[in-house]
Amino acid sequence: MTALDPPRVTNPAQATFRFGRRGIAEWRAARPPRALWPFLASPGVLWLCAFFVVPFYAVLAMAGGTLDEFATPIPEWNPVAWNGEQILDAFRSVLPGGTNWNPMRRTVVYVVIALALCFVIAYPVAYYVARKAGRNKGLLLLLLLAPFWINYLMRMLAWINLLQTDGYVNDVLDPLPFVDPSEWLSGRSSTLILGLVYGYIPFLLLPLYAALDRIDGRLIEASRDLGIGPFRTFCQVTLPASRQGLLAAGAITALPMFGDYYTQDLLSRSPRTQMLGNQIEDALQQGASKQLGAGLVIVLSTFLTVLMAYYLWSTNRAAQEVR
Amino acid sequence: MNTPAVATRAERRSLSDWFADPFRRPRFLATVTWVYLAWSLLPLLVSIRISFNEGRSRSSFQGWSLDWWTGPGDSALHNPDLANAMKNSLTLGLFTTLIATPIGVALAIGLARWRGYGRRPANLLMLVPLVTPELVMGSALLLVFTTMFTSIGLGRDAQLIGHVTFTISYVVVITRGRLFTIGRDVEEAAQDLGATPMQAIRTVLLPLLGPAIFASLMITFATSIDDFVISSWLSQDIKTETVPMRIYQSARKAPTPSINAMATMMMLITFVAIALAMWIPRWLHRGGNSGSDSAVQDFAALDL
Repeated sequence: MTALDPPRVTNPAQATFRFGRRGIAEWRAARPPRALWPFLASPGVLWLCAFFVVPFYAVLAMAGGTLDEFATPIPEWNPVAWNGEQILDAFRSVLPGGTNWNPMRRTVVYVVIALALCFVIAYPVAYYVARKAGRNKGLLLLLLLAPFWINYLMRMLAWINLLQTDGYVNDVLDPLPFVDPSEWLSGRSSTLILGLVYGYIPFLLLPLYAALDRIDGRLIEASRDLGIGPFRTFCQVTLPASRQGLLAAGAITALPMFGDYYTQDLLSRSPRTQMLGNQIEDALQQGASKQLGAGLVIVLSTFLTVLMAYYLWSTNRAAQEVR
Repeated sequence: MNTPAVATRAERRSLSDWFADPFRRPRFLATVTWVYLAWSLLPLLVSIRISFNEGRSRSSFQGWSLDWWTGPGDSALHNPDLANAMKNSLTLGLFTTLIATPIGVALAIGLARWRGYGRRPANLLMLVPLVTPELVMGSALLLVFTTMFTSIGLGRDAQLIGHVTFTISYVVVITRGRLFTIGRDVEEAAQDLGATPMQAIRTVLLPLLGPAIFASLMITFATSIDDFVISSWLSQDIKTETVPMRIYQSARKAPTPSINAMATMMMLITFVAIALAMWIPRWLHRGGNSGSDSAVQDFAALDL
């Protein structure tokens, strides 16, 4: 032992372990901190395993489970003993002719129409705010963001207030010819689609705004400088440049719409407008048939996996391009 | 930047241009935008106005009063169901924030620095909850708490666990954006000066992450008190009802504007949380580049 401490060893290959407190401190400092990062991630990873992965296993177990002698559904925890036929029945029920074909068809039709309307409204708005708003940009962004942070249920409540039979919508429509004031809230698909558009359009607007904001303005100017008209510039420059963002925004908006059931419950509550989400809610929450409900959850997840995978893939790619 | 006088003249001119050709771009786009904003915000203003009604109508304006906010009897503060729902929402939001933020920040640091096996699956595990429809997550949690984790069962604990599960990913996304801009340099500098990796995180990285952590706290809180689906699937009875659930239950039934008053109250609380998340970091780091803007934008761009 010399009086002077040896320089700290940073290369683990050269480290010779010394006993005692100082030795441990030296070893810790020299050791590449490889184990530290998984250690830091572990609480989150374990939490998500326990409360995100395991619940999906429980869905499978319930969907493939059995009934006991009191006709209470019992989950089957052993995957080998799962009743595959029962899970397939849930898939068959959403095909044409099946019991859930109508809700499934309605879900797809409503979501496609609502999403198309969302695009038609949101694209010009996002384009204007991102590229043309000028001095008003900050204020407009704030106003665009506001509904994003207002509770979805409160926003539906606002429409329930307006669409009552003695509400302001009928007051406004009353003097118009050819429009008879009516019951908006009892089983109209148009009201439900309005609700979906109103509810989910902020989810589309924001990523769309981000995508349009990112486009390099010089590209558009270059196209105009080369004598291309505004319409062709839009079709051949702006639209392709925002395509990736457009599709990702559509995916992230469609996903919660497919799992929606409360908009229907609030704005219609009629069997004629039931969506797949309502069937799942009926089956699981009201306890009508837990196994079918769990099976439908699997159907919905399978159906949405494509959208989820697409969204994750495209955001991942966008993130890598930025870096 | 225009001087005000020039701006006014320009505005006047643009107005006459508009009369000459109303559909000349971007007038058309501007009109669409303002019509959209009116459509998106007016119903809410009507709903808020109704909460100040004197009468019981929930479809028209009837005088002004604060009866449905603070009055005795049926008001947001004194109706036991409404008061209970608000208490539940706020408690749930508070505890969710306190649990999800540290777990999420640690997960973000771990995922950003972790090299080698296990990183990719862990990253995927963090991202999938962001794109899973709440109905799917809610029903899966309901089944697991009623069949496997029966000792927890349904109720407040289950709601808390559910909220933490879906907010962890938000915290990770917000923190991660900031981590990428910080880079590894400062941490390596700290280690070269003799800090252990853990010390480097504690004394260098965490203070730099401050704005992102603050934004996570507030946004987690706001997301949690806004959640309807998870709370509803994991609720046990009326005692564990939250504000969005109360709105859902009574939107078509309750005959009084007290429900509007409660909804408005929660909206104000959310706005305060979001405003704090945006402005406090900026105020703390006056002059410096706080990065909280980018954190909020990262979050907004990924999910909502």
